[in-house]
Amino acid sequence: MDRVDLIERVRRLLLAGLPADEVLIEDESDAHVGHRGSGGGAHLRVTIVAEAFAGKAPLARHRAVHALLADDLKQRIHALALVTLTRDEAAARTDR
Amino acid sequence: MDAAFKARIDELLQKNKVLLFVKGTKSFPQCGFSNAVINIFKEIGAPFETVNVLADGEVRDGMKEYSSWPTFPQIYVGGEFVGGCDIVREMHAKGELATLVKKAIEPN
Repeated sequence: MDRVDLIERVRRLLLAGLPADEVLIEDESDAHVGHRGSGGGAHLRVTIVAEAFAGKAPLARHRAVHALLADDLKQRIHALALVTLTRDEAAARTDR
Repeated sequence: MDAAFKARIDELLQKNKVLLFVKGTKSFPQCGFSNAVINIFKEIGAPFETVNVLADGEVRDGMKEYSSWPTFPQIYVGGEFVGGCDIVREMHAKGELATLVKKAIEPN
């Protein structure tokens, strides 16, 4: 699976699975090419806006995302940086 | 999970109030995320220990299951799993991490 397909797959899984309002995926893989233990997997930075996060601590939010991407995290994704926001939290960010 | 492995990690977590499972060592982190959490704990200034998961394949595979967490670093304070790099960063920015560490080191 190439990088573009992987990113599209991650977006689809998160939008449908959480479900999410917005999923922004930044591919940071090129900054980490060939570093030890990467095994060629992707480095992704993912920002997610989902009402499903409301009332959940960060640990539970991250676990919900990991569960949806379990197969990809085993094989295709080497590193995953996450920003998990509710609609209110996302609005507070852009208001500033 | 292998019972001997679980016992080994349980014991490590009992002995070390602040324990980081990272890629590389305190002096030579081999991943940007591991480096970031090591620097945060250095900044907090309380004693902490690290386990280099790159040096031990059993730990690298086993900790993903033990913590139900797919990536490293993995941070434990007071024997409890706190999260990975993003969560620890966020807690540190809010000043919550130092409080948690202090509570784990001096329970009273």
